[in-house]
Amino acid sequence: MTYLDHAATTPMLPEVAEAMMGYFADTRCTPGNASSLHSSGRRARRVVEEARENVADALGARPSEILFTAGGTESDNLAVKGIYWARRAEDPARRRLLVSSVDHHAVLDAAEWLAEHEGAEVTWLAADATGRVRQETVEAAIAANPDDVAVATVMWANNEVGTVNPVRDLAEICSAHGIPLHTDAVQAVSTLPVDFGVSGAAAMTVTGHKLGGPFGVGALLLGRDVPCAPLLHGGGQERDVRSGTLDVPAIHALATAVRAAVDGRAERAAELAALRAELVAGVRAAVPDAVLNGDSGQSDIAGGPGGLPGIAHFTFPGCEGDSLLMLLDAKGIECSTGSACTAGVARPSHVLLAMGVDPAAARGSLRFSLGHTSTAADVAALVEAIGPVVDRARSAALAGARRAADRADSGDPGLSERDTVPSAAEV
Amino acid sequence: MRMLAAMSGGVDSAVAAARAVEAGHDVVGVHLALSAKPGTLRTGARGCCTIEDARDARRAADVLGIPFYVWDFAERFTEDVIEDFVAEYAAGRTPNPCVRCNEKIKFAALLDRALALGFDAVCTGHYARLSIVDGRPELRRAEDAGKDQSYVLASLTEDQLRHAMFPLGDSTKPMVRAEATRRGLAVADKPDSHDICFIPDGDTRAFLSRRLGERPGALVDHETGAVLGGHTGVHGFTVGQRRGLGIDAPAPDGRPRYVLALEPVSGTVRVGPAQRLGVREISGGPAVWPSGRRLDGAVECVAQVRAHGGTGAAVADAVDDGVRVRLTEPLRGVAPGQTVVLYRADDAGDVVLGSATITATA
Repeated sequence: MTYLDHAATTPMLPEVAEAMMGYFADTRCTPGNASSLHSSGRRARRVVEEARENVADALGARPSEILFTAGGTESDNLAVKGIYWARRAEDPARRRLLVSSVDHHAVLDAAEWLAEHEGAEVTWLAADATGRVRQETVEAAIAANPDDVAVATVMWANNEVGTVNPVRDLAEICSAHGIPLHTDAVQAVSTLPVDFGVSGAAAMTVTGHKLGGPFGVGALLLGRDVPCAPLLHGGGQERDVRSGTLDVPAIHALATAVRAAVDGRAERAAELAALRAELVAGVRAAVPDAVLNGDSGQSDIAGGPGGLPGIAHFTFPGCEGDSLLMLLDAKGIECSTGSACTAGVARPSHVLLAMGVDPAAARGSLRFSLGHTSTAADVAALVEAIGPVVDRARSAALAGARRAADRADSGDPGLSERDTVPSAAEV
Repeated sequence: MRMLAAMSGGVDSAVAAARAVEAGHDVVGVHLALSAKPGTLRTGARGCCTIEDARDARRAADVLGIPFYVWDFAERFTEDVIEDFVAEYAAGRTPNPCVRCNEKIKFAALLDRALALGFDAVCTGHYARLSIVDGRPELRRAEDAGKDQSYVLASLTEDQLRHAMFPLGDSTKPMVRAEATRRGLAVADKPDSHDICFIPDGDTRAFLSRRLGERPGALVDHETGAVLGGHTGVHGFTVGQRRGLGIDAPAPDGRPRYVLALEPVSGTVRVGPAQRLGVREISGGPAVWPSGRRLDGAVECVAQVRAHGGTGAAVADAVDDGVRVRLTEPLRGVAPGQTVVLYRADDAGDVVLGSATITATA
């Protein structure tokens, strides 16, 4: 199996699995609710608070700025909606959201929901051809009326094409107008120098399963002076902004994963960058007209590379992404067509469309993403397979178009062409 | 063989895929997403492209242990089936969207892609029998007469049928459900889908009105030419329709009046008595010969004009690229746009000879 979809989810690090299983196995810990006042509760609480300190330390935040959540989607929703509600409550004129057009759907759809149901106005921040939101775009959006902006949100690094945004510069622009900036750093933590304090962002999303931790746990880093209304009401466990009994073993595992990801970051980034270079060169050699999307990797953004070292995103002209994915899957190579909707249908990616890619070309795109278990053998397997797979997918797209045309002409296509279709064994 | 199983999320296509797997084929399941904005849940028994259906198809593939993908054919479906459906009604004809979907999507767009990707055939849960006789495909009615779908498959060409597989042709629906239960398929007791999948509320008239708006015209007595009333569009009517004509005055003879003809250009709906509904001759085209054998001279056969019912003895002959069908007894409910399917007039009466879209009736 060649797993090239680490940006979707990456395997748990062994030390994280060990930490989590160890917690479950420790009979002194398991019964404790971290909100309980007795010894068991205190033991559980201690685990949570140590995790909070660990995450804070690894990501350049104060412990009180860490709110544990159920993952990236919750953190994004909490930041966008919560900060919008709280800031609007302070000043009813603040009804505008500045939203990056290449952000994750957890951000985009939360903003659209506010527009549809809460009278918010969304200003979409355009991306350039590499998928980056530029400083002047944010400046211009604010300049339209600096006083009516409730919150701005721009992801740290894009999950599809890997392009890194100049978060520090964007946060500075926002701060000058007193506007809080949220950034979704889900893809960034394990390979980029992410420091919440240094970034100047008001809120930042991280999640466990993208950095070697478990599913279903994440955090919102929320500046101490940033107002935020809760999405979930109840016991008020997390700073009164997030309620719900804390998932102690998951939080313990998350902290272990964040620590390990950050400690091994420089080394991992270098390894992945080298593998990615091989992958890009190999794919280009096999498919000369493949188009590499996103940042070329030459630029320097906020002290790091302009693109995620683990992501290589290509458009294969004349192919359907669905066909490419199936053909590669049949050869044991797993990758992604980008964003998938709930029915599992590949749609042209909003990220590529925002970058100005033609919708037809966008449908013929694949994301290969590397992670901590990736090897040179994975890259070699892809490089060996991709040429014939693209040829076949291209002939499938052509055959569909040609036969549809034939049928329209004659109403009854002949047998000859179809009989020459090669068998699966030849691919 | 490498088989692509089209899996709608219903019990039939799930069992069909299971039988293909059991027969030793190398099977991959594909669910066709036909709606750009699928609903979350099925509304009653209607529709076949909701997120719930995609999930049901996926779970069936899990149980069968086969790879599964969702392929987006929403654009093709919209263009070739929904827009065609609307345009046909606007032109005063009565289309069958399931025929069109088989002809243009499942056994065209999907089949073409499947073949080019290295598959040998597409397998579906249709109730029809398909075999090779004397080197040619022979399409026959299903064992289960109540579920027979040979009518909606009869417009497939010899070439399309050579790359099709219908594993349920010899089974009855209760057998298929029982088999699904035995195989542990959760869709075993899922209700059958009915009607038109892209009109989930079943109100075709309202759907067409939304799409076509108001196109006012006159209701005219077929014999006298007298204007009996007005209407908001010929797309609201079907030949043979009796109810909902909106005529105040009764007919002079006191008998009910029926829609006899639709004239979309002038917006005229012609109405008249029941005896004028009987059709004696049908012209259709282009003709499709599933076995690749064109009718040779005048051939006695049984003509069917609707998916269920509407059959009559006839003599048919191929005329240019179409077909002329002379019915032994007048047949009601025949409208341009419908498909006429011809079955061989032997004892079994189940072999499809040919089909055509009805262009004119007399």
